[in-house]
Amino acid sequence: MMRYILKRVLIAIPVLIGITMLDYLIMSLAGSPLSMMTGPRVSQAALEARAVQLGLNQPWILQYFTWLGQLLQGNWGYSIRTYQPVLTMISANLGPTLLLMGTSMALGFVIAIPVGVYSATHQYAKGDYAAVTLSFLGTSIPSFFLALILVYVFTVRLGWLPSGGMVTLGGGGGNALDVARHMVMPTLVLTASLAGSNIRYIRSSMLEILRQDYLRTAKAKGIGRYLIINKHAMRNALLPIITVAGMELPMLIGGAVIVEQVFSWPGLGQLTMSAIMSRDYPVIMGVSLLSAVMVVVGNLVTDILYAVVDPTIQLK
Amino acid sequence: MAQPMVLTAGRESRGYFGTVARRFMRHRLGMVSLCFLTVLVLLALFAPLLTPYEPNKLVGKFSEPPSLQHLLGTDQVGRDVLTRLLYATRISLLVGFAATGIATAVGVVLGLVSGYFGGWVDMIIMRFTDMVMSFPYILLVLVAAAIFKPGLWNIILILGFVDWPGVARLVRGNVLSLRETAFVKADIVAGMPTRHTLFSEILPNTIAPILVYATSVVAISILDEAALSFLGMGVQPPTASLGNMLNGAQSLTVLTSKPWLWAPPGVMIVLLVLSINFIGDALRDAVDPRNIR
Amino acid sequence: MNDTSRTILLQASGLCKDYPVRQGIIPHTVGSIKAVEDVNFALYKGETLGLVGESGSGKSTVGRLLVGLEAPTAGQVLLNGQPLGLQRPRGRGNQGTRLQMVFQDTFSSLNPRKRVGDILTAPMRYHRLVTPKTAWREACRLLEMVGLPAAAYERYPHEFSGGQRQRIGLARALSLKPELIVCDEPVSALDVSIQAQILNLIRDLQQEMGLTYLFIGHGLAAVHYVSHRIAVMYLGRIVEIAPAQALFTMPAHPYTKALCDAAPVADPALRERERTVLAGEIPSSIQPPTGCQFHPRCPHAQALCARVQPQLLPCASLPPDHLTACHFAEALLGKGREDAV
Repeated sequence: MMRYILKRVLIAIPVLIGITMLDYLIMSLAGSPLSMMTGPRVSQAALEARAVQLGLNQPWILQYFTWLGQLLQGNWGYSIRTYQPVLTMISANLGPTLLLMGTSMALGFVIAIPVGVYSATHQYAKGDYAAVTLSFLGTSIPSFFLALILVYVFTVRLGWLPSGGMVTLGGGGGNALDVARHMVMPTLVLTASLAGSNIRYIRSSMLEILRQDYLRTAKAKGIGRYLIINKHAMRNALLPIITVAGMELPMLIGGAVIVEQVFSWPGLGQLTMSAIMSRDYPVIMGVSLLSAVMVVVGNLVTDILYAVVDPTIQLK
Repeated sequence: MAQPMVLTAGRESRGYFGTVARRFMRHRLGMVSLCFLTVLVLLALFAPLLTPYEPNKLVGKFSEPPSLQHLLGTDQVGRDVLTRLLYATRISLLVGFAATGIATAVGVVLGLVSGYFGGWVDMIIMRFTDMVMSFPYILLVLVAAAIFKPGLWNIILILGFVDWPGVARLVRGNVLSLRETAFVKADIVAGMPTRHTLFSEILPNTIAPILVYATSVVAISILDEAALSFLGMGVQPPTASLGNMLNGAQSLTVLTSKPWLWAPPGVMIVLLVLSINFIGDALRDAVDPRNIR
Repeated sequence: MNDTSRTILLQASGLCKDYPVRQGIIPHTVGSIKAVEDVNFALYKGETLGLVGESGSGKSTVGRLLVGLEAPTAGQVLLNGQPLGLQRPRGRGNQGTRLQMVFQDTFSSLNPRKRVGDILTAPMRYHRLVTPKTAWREACRLLEMVGLPAAAYERYPHEFSGGQRQRIGLARALSLKPELIVCDEPVSALDVSIQAQILNLIRDLQQEMGLTYLFIGHGLAAVHYVSHRIAVMYLGRIVEIAPAQALFTMPAHPYTKALCDAAPVADPALRERERTVLAGEIPSSIQPPTGCQFHPRCPHAQALCARVQPQLLPCASLPPDHLTACHFAEALLGKGREDAV
């Protein structure tokens, strides 16, 4: 078992390096961040001096290894735009994003699993049709459009919820209730699409499983329906659920970019957008790295959980 | 020695694709969506013939509500919304299908080669696929869009590049299992060239899942293009895109008092994606091997 | 069979096939499965050589080696005296067609997406054996030859039964006018009544067209029915090879004897007959037993059997075409004759 994990971890490292290298390459094609800083008062000489200072005149591969070297010593670099340490910026914005995405993903599963299972076990019932239709809607509405609709309904027409930000500006804001109020709509938007796709996936996996012969055998043996579903079928349904969860794990970091823009939610998404706009390499690389790590960790955790749930996987 | 063989007499022998088509047609929702989508596509294709206005010309007063002259009103600078809507639909469809086309073509070739030949080739291609798949999707798209000057064809290429790994993985999986079947081995024994085996024996047997997957790629591409344009990184104004038409709605005044500016593009996206999803679902049921004799 | 027409069509010498076994975090070869070890045999034109053995004996591997689905680790095959290039694909024309195969799995041996006619004509057209115009006629002729109506041309494989699909498989093998057809357990997956039909078809075709077969199977009865000579394989080696009837009446190798005894006999009076029942299971091919591979299960094993690998040799008391790989064949035969009396 340990060998299996070790093998997976070993494979993950070159993948990480590859991803970050590719990221750096793409970014360096984007152009220098200094091009954002030109203006009538900035002289060419000053620009060039700055370029040297930032190491931008070197070939990208050298820049990459410099960055990597610094990284391994714990230094994530400094933002070109704000001069703050990248790590600080990221950690400051990480919290709100985790809060938002974490809640949405959790809600997504809490809704999707029972609905998906119900839908599969009561196929063709009205409930099934309703669930399927809703899930289709959830995955077909663009998040920003749903956001606009919600803002229209709840802020403009009903005035219940604030339209943006995480806390109300001015005195009196900042407590949990306030944050919660601000969180309702963004969470709704994210949960809608997450739950939608999860329901579809869980439902179809469950249908697959329910068709299997060993369940027919169990039924023939006289085992009650309840036990069949909860004991036999659910165990096998765990696998696809784990798959989906593992695939969605990276979204904790990057999934909310659009929603954060629309709702001005001060999270990683906003940070990323402004960094991209201003070509702030260090920040972009920092966020990229975090994302890539999440992806790799997500795959790793999925693989390990697979091996736990289904011991035969290790043999493959 | 020759015995009279009783074959099911009188029934027309249907090929695989005939069977699939027949079963697809039984799916009411899928058929409705297909018709609907066809209508939309036709509308979009013939947009220039249907509308009296140009999408980018100023033809009216600013932000006029819908009237007989302008069925969906005019936008903030005075262009006819309905015209822009139709042209924008064109763009979305173009991006959706073109990006999917690229992703599918690349993915199929790589998947076939990787699955059939195995060994080094397989390992290299799969590592590369893993890498691209591991890419934080949003990040890649955003960064790429920021770099290469945003524009229609760049968007198509970017989306195509991001979506091919899924296809490749799918195809490779199918090829791996098909490679061991007796009819492929029979081909080898009969001395048939590799390209025949790949394209004439293996590929037809894996088209079905590819097609189903491709429909979801079209849906995703359309959504992504809209999102990118909404953020300003996709199709640039003045060209109309369903996404950038929604951009203006970020201001509360537009949102509140001018629904004709943002509701139609949004609804159009939903309709497009919804019908594509339904078609994909119906296709999935139609190609389900359990039901094909 | 006609004794005067015994020209050697195919000669296999020293065929070996090893599959490496890889383990470890950093995969490296820890051993190998010796699927086929030092196999030598000759196939005469116009005859059927049966190849029998348990699962894991290597018989299917031999078949695959001959038709080029796998490359041998060592050894050589001569076809009509010429070395046979054993790599596929071999290109158009003669090289590509001389050995063909009929497969065990009738269901997956035909591409479900293609019509029978296309399945039959594609290889012929590639190898330029027919023109597009004559392809249809040739395919219909083949279908008739295997007992199917010409209407089958338009049908899809799933519309046929297992036996009918096997006929199509035969037709496909025949279409390239091969010199040798390897039948890899062609009837194992069929109902017994259908088995008889297909076996008869195979025999009839051989008589009509002078075909040569290598018939691989694990059921002695079926193999015996169609074969002129039979080779028995155990753990990758041939342990006995003899004319079919002689193998049954005078099995020289203990393993063959056990196989023959194990075949169910219909006569209830013989239910209690003395049989050699083999102890143990077939050992792993990664670490085969030393000396004679069969010695751990052989009721007559001696110390010599664990040390020295027996060679496939003729016996003094048997006709020269009956070869066996056992140190004590002579002695056992003598004993057997005594017991029978």
